[in-house]
Amino acid sequence: MKINLSRELPHLARIEGHGNIHLTVTQGEILEARWEVVESPRFFEVMLKGKHYSSAGILTARICGICSIGHCLASLRATEQAFGVTIPETARSLRLLAKHGETLQSHWLHLFFLAGPDFLDLPNLFPLPGSPSEIFQLARRLRGVANRICDLIAGRTTHPVSLQPGGVAVMPSREKLMTLREELHRSLEDIRLTVDLFGSFEIPDFVRETEFVSLKGVSGYPWIGGRLLSSDGVEEAENDYRRMTNEYVLPGNSSKMCRLSRPSFAVGALARFNNNFRMLHPEALLAADRLGLVPICHNPFMNNIAQIVECVQVTHEAIRIVDDLTSHPGDIMAIVTPRSGEGVGAIEAPRGTLYHRYEYDEKGYILRADCVIPTTQNNANIHLDLAPLVRRYAVEGMTDRRLELLCSMLVRAYDPCLSCSVH
Amino acid sequence: MNYLGIKPVRPRVAIFGFTGCEGCQLQLANGEEDLAEFLSAMRIARFRELSSADEEAYDIALVEGAVTRGDEEERLLEIRDRARVLVALGSCACYGGVPRLKNCFDPVEMNHEVYGCHPRESLPTRSLREIVTVDQEIPGCPVAKVEVERIIQHLIWGLPYRFPAYPVCLECKQRYILCRFEQGELCLGPLTRGGCLATCPRGGLGCWGCRGPAAEPNYGEFIAIARQRGFTLREIKERLSFFGGLEVTP
Ligand code: SF4
Ligand code: SF4
Ligand code: SF4
Repeated sequence: MKINLSRELPHLARIEGHGNIHLTVTQGEILEARWEVVESPRFFEVMLKGKHYSSAGILTARICGICSIGHCLASLRATEQAFGVTIPETARSLRLLAKHGETLQSHWLHLFFLAGPDFLDLPNLFPLPGSPSEIFQLARRLRGVANRICDLIAGRTTHPVSLQPGGVAVMPSREKLMTLREELHRSLEDIRLTVDLFGSFEIPDFVRETEFVSLKGVSGYPWIGGRLLSSDGVEEAENDYRRMTNEYVLPGNSSKMCRLSRPSFAVGALARFNNNFRMLHPEALLAADRLGLVPICHNPFMNNIAQIVECVQVTHEAIRIVDDLTSHPGDIMAIVTPRSGEGVGAIEAPRGTLYHRYEYDEKGYILRADCVIPTTQNNANIHLDLAPLVRRYAVEGMTDRRLELLCSMLVRAYDPCLSCSVH
Repeated sequence: MNYLGIKPVRPRVAIFGFTGCEGCQLQLANGEEDLAEFLSAMRIARFRELSSADEEAYDIALVEGAVTRGDEEERLLEIRDRARVLVALGSCACYGGVPRLKNCFDPVEMNHEVYGCHPRESLPTRSLREIVTVDQEIPGCPVAKVEVERIIQHLIWGLPYRFPAYPVCLECKQRYILCRFEQGELCLGPLTRGGCLATCPRGGLGCWGCRGPAAEPNYGEFIAIARQRGFTLREIKERLSFFGGLEVTP
C-alpha cells in the first residue's frame, strides 16, 4: 500500500529538550525523513574560558539537569589529568557510587516516564487523583532509591556539590551507608517486577546495522575513564577521543553530528552492552536473557532493554561498593596544585560516552574547552534510522498515526538529551 | 469531595522550558513520599518533557530557563497572555542564570568558535522579568522541591509567599556546619538569601549564590573581607556573576 504523508512533529514530547521530526512520504516514496534539533545553544565552551578550575565542574554540571553528575565527573577528570592529580581509592569508589545513582535516576526516568507511556498507550505516567497506578508506584520507589544515592554521596539529587577537584568533600556515615545498602538490596525485587513489565511489552522489531562506540571494559563494565572502543574494531586512547568522534556541523541543525567508520555510529546503553557484555554481572546477563537482548544487537529500540540490564548491573555494583566503603574507608581528597597543560576526561554518562577536554594556564584558569556529548554522537544515527524505518512500515501498510508514533518511539529509544547536545 | 463545604480547586498548570538545563522541571518529578499527591493536586495541562498531552488553557504557567532567541520571546509573551499567574522557575528564569555568563563574550566570535561558518541565532541572555511581568519568582539552581510545593500551595490559596530575609549563613549556624569561609574557601553565604538549608556548605562546598541576594546584602564589606583573606578581585567577581542574581560591583 502506498501512503501519502506529510508530517512535521514539532517539539517532540517526552524527551529532554526540543527536537522535530520531518516526514514527507508521497505515493509510498520517502521524500524526507529528517531528525532536527532546535534547542537554543548556550555556548558552554566559550563560557568556560577564563574560569578558575574550581568552577569548571560546577558550571558544566549545568549543561544537563539529568546527567549533571556525569558532566561534573568528566570535568573533574579532565582537570585532574591536566594537573597530574591522582585521587584516593575511596574517593574513586564514592564517585562511582554517585555515578551509579545518576544512571539509575536517568534510566528509570526514561524507562517509566518517557518511553513507558508509548507501550502502555498513555500520554504520560501521571497519577490520577486518589489512584496512583501500580506502575507509577513502582517508578516512584525506584526513582526514590536512585535519588537517595545522589543525595547521600553528591549532596543533592541534581547538580552535585560534594564532587570536587581532588576527590570528594564528605564521607557519608557508616550508618547512612548501611541504610542505603538495605534499600538497594530491597530494590532488587522492584527491578524484577520491572523486568517482568518490560518483558510484556512489544518492542518493535527493526534492525539497521551500525557501529557502536563506548569505553572499553578491562576489569569490569566500564564507567569512568579508559580506552575507547568501537564494534568495527577501532580502538583509541582517551586523549585521542577526537579521532573517535569526528564532529561536524550540518546546516539547519543546532546540534553537531559525529561519524567514525560509517556515516553514523551509536553510543549509550545498547553500545556499552554490545561492546562489553562479557563483563556483566551474572544477574544482569540473566535479565538480558529473559528480555531477549542478545549481543550484538542492532535494533535501536532495544536500547530501552539494555537500560534495564544496566540498572541490574549498577545496583549490584553499588551494593559491592557500599560494602567496600564500610569495610575499608580511606582518604577522600588529594592535594590539587594547578599547572599549565591539557587533560581529557571520558566517562559513560547514562546516554553514552561523554568527553570533556580543557587547556589550563599555570594559575589554573581555562584557556580552551571542548565538550562532546553522547546525544551529539547519536544524532546522525537517529537521523539515518528514520528513512529505513518509515520505508519498512509504510510498505507494510501501517496507518499514519502508527507511523508517526513509531518514529517518535525510535527517537525516544535513544533517550536523547537535547539541552546537552546543543549546550 | 468537599472540604469545609468548599470544593477544592485543582488549578490547571502548564510547564514550559526555554534556555536552561531542564533540571528545575525535573525537580517536579522528584520527592518520593508525596509525588502522587503533588502531581494530582493540580491538573497538568502541559509538561512536554514528561507528557504528550497538550492543552491550550491553563491558570498557572511555570516557566523554566532564560530567553536567548526571538521565538522564545514570542512564546513567553503568548504565555503571559494566557496565564493568570506566571511563575519563573529557577535561577535561569529569575536572573538569566548560568546562560547569562555568555553575555560578556563577543557574540560573533563566540558563534564562530563553536559553529564555524554556520552560526546559530542567539540573543544576549535575558531573565523573564526583563521581558514580561512575573508574578512569582522561585530561585535556585535547581529549585528546591519543598519550596516549589509550598509556593504552589500559596498560589492555589491566593496567599503571598515570603522568602527568608536572612542569609545562608544563618542556616549554617543553626546546623553547626563547619564554616567554609573559616576553612579558607570563598563562600557567598553572607550575601545570599537563605532557604536552601545551606545545601552547599553541608556538602562541603562554599555557597555560589544561586538563590540571589538576602535582604540588604552588604557587597562592599563582603568584598573587603574576602580581599583581606587573600582572594583576588577576579575570583570574587567570577563567583558573584555565576548565577546572575547578585550585583557584580567593580
Ligand atoms: S536554574 Fe539551574 S537547574 Fe534550573 S534550568 Fe537553570 S541551570 Fe538548570
Ligand atoms: S559556610 Fe558560608 S554560608 Fe556557611 S556560615 Fe560560613 S560563610 Fe556563611
Ligand atoms: S548554598 Fe548557596 S549556592 Fe548552594 S543552594 Fe544554597 S544558595 Fe544556592
